[in-house]
Amino acid sequence: MNGVRDVTLPLQSGSDMTVARLVIEPGMTAKNYWRDLWHYRELIYFLAWRDTAVRYKQTGIGVAWALIRPALTMLIFVGFRRLIGFPPGTVPEPILVFAAVLPWQFFSSALSEAASSLIGNANLISKIYFPRLLIPLAAVATTVIDFAITLALLLLLLLWYRFLPGWQLAALPGFLLLAFGLSLGLGLFFAALNVEYRDFRYIVPFLVQFGLFVSPIAFSTSDVPAQWRALYALNPMVGIIDGFRWSLLGGRVGLDPQSVAISAAVTAAVLTLGLWYFRRVEHSFADRI
Amino acid sequence: MISDLAIRIDGLGKKYRIRHQRRERYVALRDVLADGVRDLFRRHRKYQRPAVEDFWALKDVSFAVRRGEVTGVIGRNGAGKSTLLKLISRITEPSTGRIELIGRVASMLEVGTGFHPELTGRENIFLNGAILGMRHAEIKRRFDQIVAFSEVEDFLDTPVKRFSSGMYVRLAFAVAAHLHTEILIVDEVLAVGDAEFQRKCLGRMSEVAQGGRTVLFVSHNMAAIRRLTQRCIVLDRGRITLDAPPQDAIEHYLKQSSEGIAEGRFVRAVPRPADRPFYVERVTTRRQAGGDPTAQFDCDQPILISIDYAAARPVPGLYGYVQLQRLDGTVIYEGDSTDAGANPFDRLPAGSGTACIRIPERILGAGTYQLYLSFASGSDPAGPVVDNPGVVGEFRLDDTSTRRGNRRNGYLSLKLPWQVSAERP
Repeated sequence: MNGVRDVTLPLQSGSDMTVARLVIEPGMTAKNYWRDLWHYRELIYFLAWRDTAVRYKQTGIGVAWALIRPALTMLIFVGFRRLIGFPPGTVPEPILVFAAVLPWQFFSSALSEAASSLIGNANLISKIYFPRLLIPLAAVATTVIDFAITLALLLLLLLWYRFLPGWQLAALPGFLLLAFGLSLGLGLFFAALNVEYRDFRYIVPFLVQFGLFVSPIAFSTSDVPAQWRALYALNPMVGIIDGFRWSLLGGRVGLDPQSVAISAAVTAAVLTLGLWYFRRVEHSFADRI
Repeated sequence: MISDLAIRIDGLGKKYRIRHQRRERYVALRDVLADGVRDLFRRHRKYQRPAVEDFWALKDVSFAVRRGEVTGVIGRNGAGKSTLLKLISRITEPSTGRIELIGRVASMLEVGTGFHPELTGRENIFLNGAILGMRHAEIKRRFDQIVAFSEVEDFLDTPVKRFSSGMYVRLAFAVAAHLHTEILIVDEVLAVGDAEFQRKCLGRMSEVAQGGRTVLFVSHNMAAIRRLTQRCIVLDRGRITLDAPPQDAIEHYLKQSSEGIAEGRFVRAVPRPADRPFYVERVTTRRQAGGDPTAQFDCDQPILISIDYAAARPVPGLYGYVQLQRLDGTVIYEGDSTDAGANPFDRLPAGSGTACIRIPERILGAGTYQLYLSFASGSDPAGPVVDNPGVVGEFRLDDTSTRRGNRRNGYLSLKLPWQVSAERP
């Protein structure tokens, strides 16, 4: 028994049949792409784990940061509602707002992280081969951990207000998936543009800030005049935020299936376009970064 | 016989577009827009200087490597060695030609790629292993071997930012050295670490080579090339100029390389890439401050090495590393910027400047030397190697003022006084 553990098998000349064979030609990197992506799947986990570990090691307040940001955003918006005299609805304002801050925070951090992820990992890209798609994917995955922490805070808040989510809660993962897809799609697009044009990094924070005001966070979609709602739903975050409110607040907030459908369609289009653009320029990343 | 080939390369070429009139290597959208507007107004002009030019970093390169063969790739800076390795490693795509690889490939183009200073040694082993393409289970299985090889057992749970640069490099090399693939692509990784560890790395490399694996190996260290390889490819300006046994190839390369930096001036081909916070732009050797660059010295003259750099930001822990080698690969001197007291490069403010090293007269013996330069940091988040220009100079010393002159054996030309206290009988 002893000693068997340390033996590393030498390469056997008889195993020729299984030896991998790879052909590299101009424009051919696409060939094994999805197989490689599968082969390197563990790297997504390692990159996400690295970013999380580093973040929580570096910032002394660690987890607290994932709580303070959404909590402050929520307080500001509730104060804002009071200030301009929004009529209080059937749901306590703090949880109404927090249920929207949760997906928004996820979307905005995921998008920002993904957009800057390639530049941040320039040394990896110029020294090692792996499907580049892994980097923005890991960036978005990292944000899911913050999302989970914020979600826990929201659940506590619901408990505090004696608000029990209903069966609608089962739909939450679906809406999270939509938010994931949307931020990944946009993130891929901006990450690739960032490699090509470095000043895109100034555009992303502006877009995120702009989005905060045109998405139903401080208010509800029902506050938007009925004739504008279909147009408003073209902002894919509208359907996602409404979906989060609906599933977390036990259906006490209405959900317009039309806006969810529009949101899903826009998300699918953004993801497809983002992927397409990323794949198209990916082969030149190492030369440009 | 195709079946015993591991690597086959046919007509390989890589074209880069070089942008003139631009100071930065990357493009900003604002520039593109501004240029577009300017061009609108200039359209009537017939003649326009081309802003973009094609540059072939590699052209018409063809060779094949048999299974189990250890092949060296040598050539001057900018000869295309790194481009060749990057193409085979799939980091960048060829512009022409074809590469066929039979067997799994792992490449080690830099020691410690992806290491994160905040993570512990243990965590970095797993991270780095995954980045190099190892599976989690595989890393786990080899974990003990990696740790034993690196000799950092006692610091496994310490963040690597607290490692000495030697420990850092040892750990990084250990991970890479335990990759088990049929084909291994290795760039100048032996140039780091202390002499004893370099010997260990070299030992490991020959173990790998004797284990029947195919290795493609780039180095400036001719002793390592001679010891490890059975065959050598010499690259010059993107083309293969010789494919021969190592002894012939080294001779050819040395003849070639002395033509190159003969004037005592080394200038970087590309401006500072955006991801390099510190970058060596020019290196010159002179006899006196303000004099003309030269590569010819007399043993009675000091050698002044000026390093013009550009720094985009202060780099914590940055230090300069210098090595003098004889052409046969013997290291005559090794030192870094922490040797003589305070390290001037640590958190050096952004901007450009010049660093100077003075080699006093009457120390080095007559002969030809290669100057190797590298900048590294043990604590910068971007990784240990900050800028590695490699061989940046070659100079010759003649001993003209002593009777023994250039025939003096050994490595030093010290004039040691002989003091005699004769006792009267």
